[in-house]
This record gives sequence, C-alpha cells and structure tokens, in this order.
Amino acid sequence: MKNKSLKTVAAGGLIDRRSFLLSGLALTTAYPLASIASTGSEAHSVIGETLPSWMKVPGKGASVYGQPSTHEQHIKRHLEKNTPETSLFSIWHTPIENQRGIITPSGLHFTVSHNGIPDIDPIKHQLMIHGLVDKPLKFDIDTLMRYPMVSNIHFLECAGNTAPNAVSFNALDQSCQDLFGQISGSEWAGVPLKYLLQEVGLKPSAKWVTVEGADGGSHARSIPIEKLMDDAIIALYQNGERLRPEQGYPMRLFLPGWEGNANVKWVHRLEVTDKPAFTKDESGLYSDILDDGKIQRFSFHMGVKSVITHPSGKQRLPEKKGFYEISGLAWSGYGKIKKVEVSADGGKTWAQAHLDSPILSKSLTRFHIPWQWQGSETTLLSRATDDQGNVQPTRNQWREKYASYSFNHYNGIQAWHVDRNGVIKNVYL
Amino acid sequence: MFISNLMRQLYAVSVFLFISILSLEVCADNLRSMPKINLGQVLTQPEIEKFAITIYPDGKHLPKGQGSVAQGRELYNNQCKMCHGESGIEGPAARLAGTNGWISFSDPLRILRIKQYPVLLISVGGMWPYATSIYDYIRRAMPHYAPKSLSNNQVYGLTAYILYLNDLVDENAGLDEASLPKIKMPSHELSVDAWADYIERAKNIKSTKKTNNKK
Repeated sequence: MKNKSLKTVAAGGLIDRRSFLLSGLALTTAYPLASIASTGSEAHSVIGETLPSWMKVPGKGASVYGQPSTHEQHIKRHLEKNTPETSLFSIWHTPIENQRGIITPSGLHFTVSHNGIPDIDPIKHQLMIHGLVDKPLKFDIDTLMRYPMVSNIHFLECAGNTAPNAVSFNALDQSCQDLFGQISGSEWAGVPLKYLLQEVGLKPSAKWVTVEGADGGSHARSIPIEKLMDDAIIALYQNGERLRPEQGYPMRLFLPGWEGNANVKWVHRLEVTDKPAFTKDESGLYSDILDDGKIQRFSFHMGVKSVITHPSGKQRLPEKKGFYEISGLAWSGYGKIKKVEVSADGGKTWAQAHLDSPILSKSLTRFHIPWQWQGSETTLLSRATDDQGNVQPTRNQWREKYASYSFNHYNGIQAWHVDRNGVIKNVYL
Repeated sequence: MFISNLMRQLYAVSVFLFISILSLEVCADNLRSMPKINLGQVLTQPEIEKFAITIYPDGKHLPKGQGSVAQGRELYNNQCKMCHGESGIEGPAARLAGTNGWISFSDPLRILRIKQYPVLLISVGGMWPYATSIYDYIRRAMPHYAPKSLSNNQVYGLTAYILYLNDLVDENAGLDEASLPKIKMPSHELSVDAWADYIERAKNIKSTKKTNNKK
C-alpha cells in the first residue's frame, strides 16, 4: 500500500481529502482486483458453471410501480415508541443512517400526524382564502395546476427532532434514526403562495394567516404574511410525483427552513387576519420554555445543525484500525451551509469536511472526510456553520438557553463515542 | 374605487419594501412584474361561514352559547377521562392541568412516568396564553376518536371544566361567548415572541449595513 503520502488534518486519524485521493489507498479501496486462477481445459469449459445463478436465467419483468429490492426491506421507518399510545399522535422516523446524498425517498420521509392521515377526495378538495382580503377566492386542484410552479430542494425537520438529547438525564443508547429521524430532504414543487395572495388582494391590516388542514383534527397554525409572500408554496409534488397522503395529499403548505408542524398538510383554508390565532400547537407543544421560565412563541426557524450518519449510534465498525469515510448531513433554516468541521478526538482538534454539491439554501448538505481509525477509544463530532454566521452550539450552550424540560429546536453538537471494539454510542460531552 | 386601488398599490409596494428590509430572499419575479392570473373562483359568504371555525383570542368567531363546570365534568368523565386521566394530569394524552416541568406533583413516580409519556411535561394550564384556544381545539379536534361531534354548548362546558381543573374558575362557574375571552391565563404574562424578535434583528442588521455603506 502506497499510503505513506497520507496527510492528516486533525488528530484521531482525520485525513486530508486531497492526499487521500492521490494516495494508493484510495485506488486500492476503490478498485480491488482479484487474481483469477485458470484451471482445466479451456475448450470444454462452460462459463455458466462458475457464475452466479442470476446470470444464468432470464430476469423478471418490471412492475407498474417499482419497489426497493427485497434485500433492502429492512430499511424502514420506525414508529417512535413512546408517543403513539400516549398522546395519540404518531411520529415515524426516517432511517437517516441508510441514506446517502440529500434526497430522502418519499416513502421513507419522516411523518408526524396529530389525528391520523385523512382520505381526501381530490375532486372535492378546495383551497379557500378569505378574511382580510378584497375578494375571497377558492381554488380546486385543476385550477392550481394551471398556475406557474417552482421546484426546490429543501429539508423538512420536526421541531422535536433529537428531543431525547435535549431533555434526557442520561444519553440514551439509540440509533441515528431514533435520535435524528425527524429530518428528511425532498424536492418540493408547487404554486408560490404570493400569486394566490396577490389575486385575493390583501387588505392593509393583513399581518398573519391562519392556515388550516382538512384532517380530522383540522390542524392549524398562524403564519406571518412576510413568509407567505416570500418563499412559501402550496406544494403539489414531492420528488417528481404527487404528494403522498402522509405528506398532505392533495396539497400542503411548504415553508422552507421552518419547523415541520407549520408546514400544514392537507391544507384547505387560509384565513387572513391581523393577529395570530394561538392554535393548540402554537399555544403548547411547539412553544419553547426558556431558562428563565418565559415561554417563547413562534420560533419558526430550524437552527443550524449537523449529524454524522456514517458511522452512528448502535453501529459497529467492522475492522480495527481500518479506513472509514465519515459522512453526514448538515442543514440550516436560515440559509446555506458554509462549512462543517469534524473532530475525531472528542473536540480537541477539528478539520473541515468536504461538502458535496449541490449546496442549497435550507437544504440538506452532504459532508464527508476520510478517517483512519487508530483502534482506540475516541469520540466523533461534527459542527456546522451557515452563511448567515450561525454556528451549531454545544449541548451545554443550547441547554443554558432553555428550561431543563424544553425539548423543541434542539440543535446541539452530536457526540458519537467509539469504544475499542468499534461500537458507536450516543454520549454527552 | 380609485382610492382603494391606490391603497392596494401602496400596500403592495410597502409589502415589497418590508420584505426587502428583512433581507429575505426575494425572488426576481416579484409581484409587480407578475400579472394576476385570476383563475380563482368566488368564495361565497355562506361557504366561509360553514368552514371558518377558528376562534381568536379576542373572541372572534365564538358561537353563542353557554356551559357550566358541572356540565363539563359529566362530559369529561364520559368522553375525555380515559385518555387525559381523572384530574387532567395523569395522561397518557397531553396534560390539561397544572404547571409545566418535571416534578410538579407529589407523585413519587412522576419522573419515570414522564420518561414514558413525554408530552406530560407541559400542560394546557401552564402553557396556553388564551382560554379561547381551549374552546377552539376541543371543538375542532376532540374527542380524538370523534372530532367535531360536540355541540357548541358542550364545548363551553368542557372549557369551563378544564379551567376549573386549573383553579382559574370556581366550581359553580359557567362560560359563554362574552366571559370566555376575559379569562386570564397564567402563562399569558410569560410569553415572548420569537418572530417579533427575528423581525427586529433583521431590521437592525439592515440599518447597520446601511450605516456602514454610508461610511
């Protein structure tokens, strides 16, 4: 192995990416060549004798709607254990540690609902806009389909993602899916809401809009008019197909960078007002309790955050002193990811990770850095910075701001402990 | 007609300026260059009244009616207790009464139970700033298995009972559309508004930039 030229960029075995790519290690890793021994008489040999069975029969036909390989059926969403039987709403976590790139398959996208998934007849569904407007209007699906649409890649994150690390006294030994599974990335396409608000004509007193869904619980949130006139869309498509029912079919509000709960699914009514309604979720569950006991309302933005997905909690590194690529995701509700730093020695030294293109505003951004594990106990960390100057806080810095039992908008630096056997565990620093 | 058009244009311009001030990403195809598409259909007043169920803190949209703590208690015991518990604190569904936090009650197993039922960390009585929201949410979403099945009077009764569980009205109290918006919730004074802070910060950043540019 010609890996003598490998340059380390931080302690704990973090390797300079350029020197890694130029080294023999990268080549031998990427292209392992096995030597083939030749045996017997060549003239009588049948190539099929030594080849795998699937190379010797015709394959199956395709289906009307493709499914993942049967060998990948263990890659599934998990239902959060505590919540469903208790508070009667369900939270399904995406297996984020199995994702590469920045797009989550629609069927694996995290989903939270407070009163189940309604079965809506799209023909009968209408989007109504009324209140402080010149001309109350309604739009059916066929009408909305005629409007100009935009499509953008964005993350969506539940305000409560990673809540266990915010409030649990001891760090729970959980997987990345358990701790970080309420984040996903998709391409969302739909009609900019400003076109529709312009058409109804906002009165000068219009400041907020109460956005309501057509589900059993009529989920509702108050959204400031500034956001709705900025980059909000009525989303009709996710990843190239019409929304899945659990993502709001036939239409949802999509607010780039803002907490999932405000992105009202199954949206059917916008009431333009001069003040917020203080709906159930903005009164309680989606407020934050600050350190001084004050209750913070309308903290819509999801802060800058990152997590190493490869490797992550409940996994085990297969080879001692082996080569690994550390990879993960970073995102910010305020803008683009500017940099992600990684530490392989519990935060003593840091090195900047490579960011994969595209690096988009309010979108998942994939980072990675080569790593030669020394076989000793260590802790892996990642710290993201966005282009608005926001830096991901440490867990302690985050907790100083909030009451001990406040669990929303947690974005502290994640620590994955690696023991001498290569077992990865969630820890607090 | 002329004046209202002028007002609308002025407003459109002011919204545009305001958004610029916030330095939010304004798309190039801003409203002034965008023709109105005008495909929306007229939404009539009867249609609006059928759907406009949101109750606002000032009592807007509250229906006429009334209900008492006693009436609410009976309904609660029949339709709510199985999820919210005898006194609104036991769960498993969201906690209705008491203050927020880890150890609010004398129950020695409280921490263990909260670990199992995290939504019990916060309560309606400790968290919600307006009593009108209780009415709004019960009427649109409760009981969970049969949302929108309660009468307006029944919702007044249940709202009164939840306020009673929080010691905010007495046992003989009743509520109607006039008295409900007047209830003072303890968390009202504790509320801070992150969105207003964000707007303020965005304005300051903008004015600092302007000053720096002048230098």
